[in-house]
Amino acid sequence: MKKLFITLLAMVPALAFAAGPSLPLDSANNDLADKESLKRGFKAYINYCLGCHELQYQRYNRTFADLGISDEEGKAEWMYTGEKVGDHITNSMPAKEAAQWFGSAPPDLTLEARFRSPDYIYTYLRSFYTDENRPFGVNNTIFPDVGMPHVLQNLQGVRTKDENGVLSPAVGGTMTEQEYDAFVRDLTNFLEYVGEPNKLERKELGKWVIGFLFIFFILSYFLKKEYWRDIH
Amino acid sequence: MSNAPVDNGRRRFLTAATSVVGGVGVVGVAVPFIGSWNPSARAKAAGAPVEVNVSKIEPGQLVRAEWRGKPVYVVRRTDKTLADLAKHDDQLRDPNSAEPQQPEYAQNAHRSIKPEIMVALGVCTHLGCAPTHHKGDFEQHVAGVTDGFFCPCHGSKFDMAGRVFQGVPAPLNLSVPEHSFPKEDTLLIGVAPGEA
Amino acid sequence: MNNFLAWIEARLPVMEAMNKHVLQYPAPKNFNFWYFFGSLAMLVLVNQILTGIWLTMNYEPSGDGAFASIEYIMRDVDYGWLLRYMHSTGASAFFVVVYLHMFRGLMYGSYQKPRELLWIFGMLIFLVLMAEAFMGYLLPWGNMSYWGAQVIISLFGAVPVVGEDLATWIKGDYVISGATLNRFFALHVVALPLVLVVLVFLHILALHEVGSNNPDGVNIKKPKGSQKPEELSKFKFHKQYADKYDIVDAIPFHPYYTVKDIMGVAGFLIFFCWVMFFFPEGGGYFLEAPNFTPANGLKTPEHIAPVWYFGPFYTILRVVPDKLMGTILMFAAIGVLFALPWCDRGTVKSIRFRSKWHLLNLIQFSICFIALGILGTMPASDIANLIGTIATIGYFGFFLAIWIYSKNENTKPVPERVTK
Repeated sequence: MKKLFITLLAMVPALAFAAGPSLPLDSANNDLADKESLKRGFKAYINYCLGCHELQYQRYNRTFADLGISDEEGKAEWMYTGEKVGDHITNSMPAKEAAQWFGSAPPDLTLEARFRSPDYIYTYLRSFYTDENRPFGVNNTIFPDVGMPHVLQNLQGVRTKDENGVLSPAVGGTMTEQEYDAFVRDLTNFLEYVGEPNKLERKELGKWVIGFLFIFFILSYFLKKEYWRDIH
Repeated sequence: MSNAPVDNGRRRFLTAATSVVGGVGVVGVAVPFIGSWNPSARAKAAGAPVEVNVSKIEPGQLVRAEWRGKPVYVVRRTDKTLADLAKHDDQLRDPNSAEPQQPEYAQNAHRSIKPEIMVALGVCTHLGCAPTHHKGDFEQHVAGVTDGFFCPCHGSKFDMAGRVFQGVPAPLNLSVPEHSFPKEDTLLIGVAPGEA
Repeated sequence: MNNFLAWIEARLPVMEAMNKHVLQYPAPKNFNFWYFFGSLAMLVLVNQILTGIWLTMNYEPSGDGAFASIEYIMRDVDYGWLLRYMHSTGASAFFVVVYLHMFRGLMYGSYQKPRELLWIFGMLIFLVLMAEAFMGYLLPWGNMSYWGAQVIISLFGAVPVVGEDLATWIKGDYVISGATLNRFFALHVVALPLVLVVLVFLHILALHEVGSNNPDGVNIKKPKGSQKPEELSKFKFHKQYADKYDIVDAIPFHPYYTVKDIMGVAGFLIFFCWVMFFFPEGGGYFLEAPNFTPANGLKTPEHIAPVWYFGPFYTILRVVPDKLMGTILMFAAIGVLFALPWCDRGTVKSIRFRSKWHLLNLIQFSICFIALGILGTMPASDIANLIGTIATIGYFGFFLAIWIYSKNENTKPVPERVTK
């Protein structure tokens, strides 16, 4: 019987041949525990993204608390439009007009990192290139015919695509490539945080629960053994 | 079947130990179920202290603020209104605010921190309707009193300090919420003076 | 206190029932690893019911509010994220446990006479569980929820003549909409759980009537008077069993299997919590990435696949080039399991004593089932279609083959008593 089970187990990996083609994504290597990085990412989000993309499920004060910002500080330095600290992080862009301007309304990004993966966001924001045929003059290697303008172009600079599909290094940006990558990594880090604000808490609690269960398992094992001495 | 004698001490110990640890586990599992009944972040956001800029309230004007889903009446009382407050004490149920319907710092003649700023929950102490503010035409309800609050549901009457008149269904004065003035013109409802 | 208990007992024999079904219930002493999954299925059922009730306290069953209310639970409600992950991980765990429980039945012939009705109740539970899972999957109102429901409900469109009307009737609208969501919510949280609990009750009642099978497939209840007194089990069993049979190789369910099942529960919870706390998305198989965007009737996710536990049946549907035939075959794949007690004409239960053919047949069935499951979560392709077709033939072939060879099967001698 054991043989049958082992045979079956051995078949599983053989059957699990590779799933469909996946995009070559760069690894974001972000660190959710790095609060300074999250703060930089939050700042970047407010300055460059929030104008169009809401975080409609996330509250300011939750973000402040998780990032180690006091409510007073948050109100003074992170909120510009007079909301209450308990409000969701939203903007006042009218969805209907936005859909006309960009082809489709800019999506809410609260869950973007869970929908696309942090690596996707990290790669996407670094993969814009000049394309005269697009309304905003830019295109993206991993999101063909993207509707979004490259709002970070001043920072990154301009990249062009040659006939082999290879992107040139960026020129004319205010940041070096390393600085820009770090900037995007912080932003990615923040978006991963926003996607699941309790991720670190979840893993921390998980360690305790599993540790507890091991103790319970060992006890129950000896209890079972003790009772079953009656039978064997 | 083994003939080894059953070690009852060991068996009892293991049963007790597993039961205790298992009991701790059950309590642990209960935590999220019980904890989830606490007010959520949404409820807390709605219950957060509310700021009102009192510099924009005209003398005699009433402003409604929403705090924890309830209306809070903020009135800038005129000197005349304040002076009139003392004139009808004999018609009130609780003229000296003996009942704990207000924080201690508001247990005074005008039931507030600043005499000119009245702060009270716009919730009738009878059955919870919102009394209406009558400015200048309150004499139809109480002779000799020009301003006050009249509850349209069952006719309870309150003066301009939220004190209840006699002979109406409402038993208590209008409740005064915790409030403070972190800045001269900023009224913060929900936070007592000196609290963060 | 004792008087009070006696008063109760005289009116509602609680202790009597406890004795009959737990304290003095004769269980074979040779249950192995595979016998954990019944009690584990009960554990997961309780988990699903409790966390489900708690989720409804904050969930909003409406097209406008459902998606946001899930994020409200995940972010704003204290421990809401934990309750939600317990429920979503529990859904997948339910099927893991139930599939293993069913496989145990296949291996040891637990569906054979006299346990046919027990098996039928089990299959009904499986069927209701699939409906329950399918409807529950719509409730987060994510884009995968939406399109998954779209595809499955469209299957009913394959029914001749009334198909399209039937599909519209199920949806309560011309597209999947808030109306669909609301009726699925009602069925998911009220109607189907009630049915499920009743079926589980009947399943256990039927089990205790005929008694548990065991890895040897040897009956532990011998005809009264056929055994020497020293051969009988030394334990006291309820008179309902002891008066009718000579009971050998049996032990009372409590305390022996309660302590063993507690150990099983602890071991299972280690795995369960490990997934729930560290991989709640289950690599995209338990919570799928497209479900992190709200339902959008105008934008299909790039790759629609059902949740993994529907994979085998979905593949069978997909490999048939005809819509109606595919739907029929898919339902037949479940239906044929109901008929298993009659497909198998053998009298030897356990695989330990059956022929090589049976062993090979069960191995090929398992491989085909797993292959169908894996293919069900993958995009369609020619090669996937080919493998899927072969696996579908293997799946149905199992039942045909068992019917053929079980008539005159070359079995090993079955021992009088359980072997261990």
